[in-house]
Amino acid sequence: MADRITDTRTTRQPASDALAGARAARDSAAKRTRVFLLAPAILTIGIVGLMPLSIALVYSFLEPGTYGGVTWAFSTDAYVQFLFDRDIFDDSLTFSTSYLSIFWRSAFLAIITTIGALLIGFPTAYFIATKPPAQRNLWLFLVTLPFWTNLLIRTYAMLLIIRDEGFINITLQMIGLTSGPIEMLYTDGAVFLGLIYSFLPFMVLPLYASLEKLDFRLVEAAHDLYAGRVQVLRRVILPMARPGMIAGCILVFIPCLGAYITPELLGGGKKLMIGNMIALQFGGSRNWPFGSAAALILMAMVLIVLLIVNRSRADAEVSHG
Amino acid sequence: MKKVTIGLSVLALSAVAGLPALAAGKLNIYNWGNYTSPEMIEKFEAEHDIEVTLDGYDSNETMLAKVKEGNTGYDIVVPGDYMIKIMIEQDLLAEVKPNEMENFANVDPNWVDVWWDPGRNYSIPYQWGTTSFTVDTEVFTGDINTLELLFNPPEELQGRINMLNDMNDVINAGLRYLGYGRCNGNVDELREVTELLVEAKQHWRTMDYSTIEKLTSGDVDLSQNWNGAAMRARAQRPSLQYAYPKEGFTGWMDNVAVLKDAPNMENAKLFINFMMDPENAAMTSNFARYANGIKGSEAFMDPEMLEAPEILMPADAPAPDFVKPCPQEVVDLYNKIWTRLKQ
Repeated sequence: MADRITDTRTTRQPASDALAGARAARDSAAKRTRVFLLAPAILTIGIVGLMPLSIALVYSFLEPGTYGGVTWAFSTDAYVQFLFDRDIFDDSLTFSTSYLSIFWRSAFLAIITTIGALLIGFPTAYFIATKPPAQRNLWLFLVTLPFWTNLLIRTYAMLLIIRDEGFINITLQMIGLTSGPIEMLYTDGAVFLGLIYSFLPFMVLPLYASLEKLDFRLVEAAHDLYAGRVQVLRRVILPMARPGMIAGCILVFIPCLGAYITPELLGGGKKLMIGNMIALQFGGSRNWPFGSAAALILMAMVLIVLLIVNRSRADAEVSHG
Repeated sequence: MKKVTIGLSVLALSAVAGLPALAAGKLNIYNWGNYTSPEMIEKFEAEHDIEVTLDGYDSNETMLAKVKEGNTGYDIVVPGDYMIKIMIEQDLLAEVKPNEMENFANVDPNWVDVWWDPGRNYSIPYQWGTTSFTVDTEVFTGDINTLELLFNPPEELQGRINMLNDMNDVINAGLRYLGYGRCNGNVDELREVTELLVEAKQHWRTMDYSTIEKLTSGDVDLSQNWNGAAMRARAQRPSLQYAYPKEGFTGWMDNVAVLKDAPNMENAKLFINFMMDPENAAMTSNFARYANGIKGSEAFMDPEMLEAPEILMPADAPAPDFVKPCPQEVVDLYNKIWTRLKQ
């Protein structure tokens, strides 16, 4: 916006040369201020964002060094290794699904967690948004309250509740509903539960922000026009909550995809997730290039998801406009 | 405002009061987490008027990755046996010659000419132990001294097993069970190991480092374990027993060493000498529950440690196998097996 204003200003015909000179001086001063004010942001993005990324990009095209690190020799092995397996038994290059299935498991878990969080988060946010304003803060406070505790501790608390000799199983056995423990911990279900619990506020808060702005007179108007409850939800509420839903889904999906502690603690560590697989490359596996390549592939996946979301958002805007 | 003034004056007072207590020197120790006796550190600080800071890591590889970058500010590290060898090769350790120090005579001669530091020019023993497994003898009453329990478990142990989340510990156990050598890179044998592990995995409930908690919470009845952790778990669940499988088990030693770029080199040397004193070594053992390799330390150790079955190996148990670091080709193969196992 600021750019456009300065552009029109500079292209306007000058009244006199002196005036033009003053304007040019003012514009260059404004330019300097702009550069100065943008510098912290640019430096932050450059140093903590772009530099590590460039290092990862460069490292992913090198050869692994002995005992970790890299050797400065160009190689695309890291990317080849992702899809193809030089078979340990006959040295032929075959298509391998090992890493793909690890990525797919993580992606699948992230998808169902996002859907689950949306299904629970939407009614919650709607409930809060329809409360009198004075009460809303209390409800929001309750939603964010668990967030004041460290993720590890919250996950651990979950573990204590659902383990064989945990709260739920002990209670069920005490009141005689079950005779032995129900195995809940160390299953995919436990990981799902833990992830939803961890990331639910990320879904509720943006949804609430959207729903709070919703003009409920529109809902009344829809009812007046003989729309049923389902129709009101589908035609009025959901389209207006859309930005919040998209933001919430992105905020849940992306951290879920790289989740590390929750699958490790609640899943029992028998299956690798992307996060654990990448960490392993920098530790016991001593293969930094492959770790970098895997991290970049993960990032590419996230980018693709964001692009799809953006496109669908743009389409939506076009169809409304 | 008043609060701020009070706060400031308290700060000033404590600074003045703190002055005489300021230590003459510093020492920065980088050790495994929950592995350093606070009592021993206090003694060292008092004895030499040195202020010690302590930082922790969770694996040899984490420590190596950090130290390799240089300028960590750490003086002392406590790497495992194979990692000492790697770090000497990579020129990361200072040759402090512990073998010429005053207390070196206390080091058990069995631990002097070790393959990772022959003659002890770089490092001294810290703690040593074994990696095997613990079984609840109330759940399984048969003979526990066999790896059969991990790879072909009887019905009562199926789905009740925790393996360490460690590539080497799991694959080495498989190699021993099949009677093959460590780090051998023989593809036919490794294929067999892969099949064994994949087949056995259905009976494992978890693969995790937190063995004590897994056992004491009743999540599992058998866990791959280190002997010191086994002792701590037994204290809470007395029916647990540490196995000495006839097929063999891993032995390891963590060693105190000084980094080449240590900022407090002289203090680090003082600490090396200090750690070879039997009383100080015993403090570490009483805390971490492992044996220490310093002669005469038994006199200062908790009595229950001296007769603990986790430390006193039965006469018919095989000698612990101190596994050397594998060459990169073998590590690559292990990686593939590990990924296939956990995919």
